[in-house]
Amino acid sequence: MSAIIQVKNLTKNFREIKAVSDLSFEVPPGIVYGFLGQNGAGKSTTIRMLLTLIAPTSGSIEIFGMNLFRHRKEILRQVGAIIERPDLYKYLTALENLKLFAAMSGVKLTQKQLMDQLDMVGLAERANSKVKTYSQGMKQRLGIATALVHDPKLIILDEPTNGLDPQGIADIRNLILHLSREKKKTLMVSSHLLHEMELVSDSMLIIDNGKKVVEGKVNELFDPAETIVELKTTDDATAYEKLYKSELHSYLREKRSDCILLKLDQRRVPEVMKELVKMDIDIVSFHSKHSLEDYFLSLTSAGQHVESFKN
Amino acid sequence: MWSLLKIELYKIFKRPRTYIAFGAAAAIVFLFQAGLRFDGKSYLDLMLSNIDDAFDFDDSFKDRLLNGYFICFGILNILLIQMPLLVALVAGDAIAGEANMGTLRLALIRPVSRTQYLLVKFLASVIYTLILLIWLAVLALFGSMLLFGVNDMTVFRAGGIEVISSGDVLWRYFAAFGYAAVALTAVAALAFLLSVFAENSIGPIVAAMSIVVVFTILSEMNIPIYDKTIRPYLFTTHMVAWKGFFYVKSTEEGITINGSVGNLPAILKSLSVLVIYIASFLAAAIWVFRKKDILS
Repeated sequence: MSAIIQVKNLTKNFREIKAVSDLSFEVPPGIVYGFLGQNGAGKSTTIRMLLTLIAPTSGSIEIFGMNLFRHRKEILRQVGAIIERPDLYKYLTALENLKLFAAMSGVKLTQKQLMDQLDMVGLAERANSKVKTYSQGMKQRLGIATALVHDPKLIILDEPTNGLDPQGIADIRNLILHLSREKKKTLMVSSHLLHEMELVSDSMLIIDNGKKVVEGKVNELFDPAETIVELKTTDDATAYEKLYKSELHSYLREKRSDCILLKLDQRRVPEVMKELVKMDIDIVSFHSKHSLEDYFLSLTSAGQHVESFKN
Repeated sequence: MWSLLKIELYKIFKRPRTYIAFGAAAAIVFLFQAGLRFDGKSYLDLMLSNIDDAFDFDDSFKDRLLNGYFICFGILNILLIQMPLLVALVAGDAIAGEANMGTLRLALIRPVSRTQYLLVKFLASVIYTLILLIWLAVLALFGSMLLFGVNDMTVFRAGGIEVISSGDVLWRYFAAFGYAAVALTAVAALAFLLSVFAENSIGPIVAAMSIVVVFTILSEMNIPIYDKTIRPYLFTTHMVAWKGFFYVKSTEEGITINGSVGNLPAILKSLSVLVIYIASFLAAAIWVFRKKDILS
């Protein structure tokens, strides 16, 4: 089946600032699509463009095979979303908020259906309490209930675990898995909580400075055959030159200011280390990355910030 | 559209702050009526002190003067200056308040066009203004009629005094309230336009009131060069034209003509200016809002 979301060459400039640059990706149906990037990477801007809150400078967005800006109403009828903080009408009760957003989405639900929605997010007992009396976690769950109130096919959640305690984070994780596995919804979830994303995502897109860094299925991104290795030597420039001229040049990925990145099959690591010694390269450290956090830091500028703190 | 309008009205009337305006209007009207009920004579003596010698009013005239119609006219003169603030409180909050609460982005990801959303919000602000005016009419007009009874209405003007017979007054009030509704809608439209630019309510409310105050001062300034260059183009100049319904034509003998309006074309011209302002403010708001990136 064709992609639920298809983004091509999406760019957004805020005057001289390039928030998103030439971004392309596809979200297949029925999966949880993780959208990763550090704060300010362009995740929220991209999601706001997917929801027509921000107009792209250039590029195209198709959702359900239709152009987003030409078929806006038709598409949004089938999309539910929360964006960053779960802001709702604090002077209304949970039930009133839900009723109001259902009506805005063009659906009229019975009291029982509304209560079922609140029950799904564990708020049925507080249905008649004003939102101003809710904790952050309860507001987040109510936000998700409003996003789901019209039974959308596509659910976009921008930082759904923001401000939640560990139990709250686990609840949201279970809800995402329930919506995907049981209700067969397509979810696009942005977060900077890497471990959480690793637990729920089927596919993943990592962006940095508004640009795509990598996209793929989670099990392929963490394939041992695609291990990222961070090599530090006493003289990275000379080491890079030697590697470039050697048979190992196909493993070279990037030369950074403080290290060299290699991409290789993990099983070949001992062999490569021997080769480096043979080539008379003085190794300071040789670190292969396996967790999403390692992988993320190796691919984004966040890793460089971490290194600068260490130094 | 109707369903969206119901939602907006529901939200407006669920907020406690909405009732501040109703409370404030009721308090002013009540205090004015109570003051005149207990010491109306002194008020009239003070009011007539400048012209008493010329006309030599007797006590029976003063008793007839202090009736519901006359008192309502006094209340409107006071309140219709303060009403723009009360209207701006709601209209200025319409979009900016949603942006501030973070609910604007939630509303705009629903299958509703931005133009439709904006029109519904504006319509809700107008309905609020109308309800506020009806509240004012009930308290100031019918309340005063009940408390003080009805009689011929005396209107003091720079050129002298006009007496409108009691049977010829009520329709003039309905017309005046209708006109005031349009005038206040112009203020609502201005506050609404400013609301589109802001992400908190204070800015548009203060800005709208500042514009109204500056324009009103300019409208009132008796500097001849402004009479043709600035004053005719300010909407505040035309907001007070409701008084025109109480200025009547007279026969050569000086007897007022029932059902007449002194200068109806001038009132209609002022009304058209206000309508043009409303349409322009609203069109500008739609144009800006359709293009706006929602970052709140």
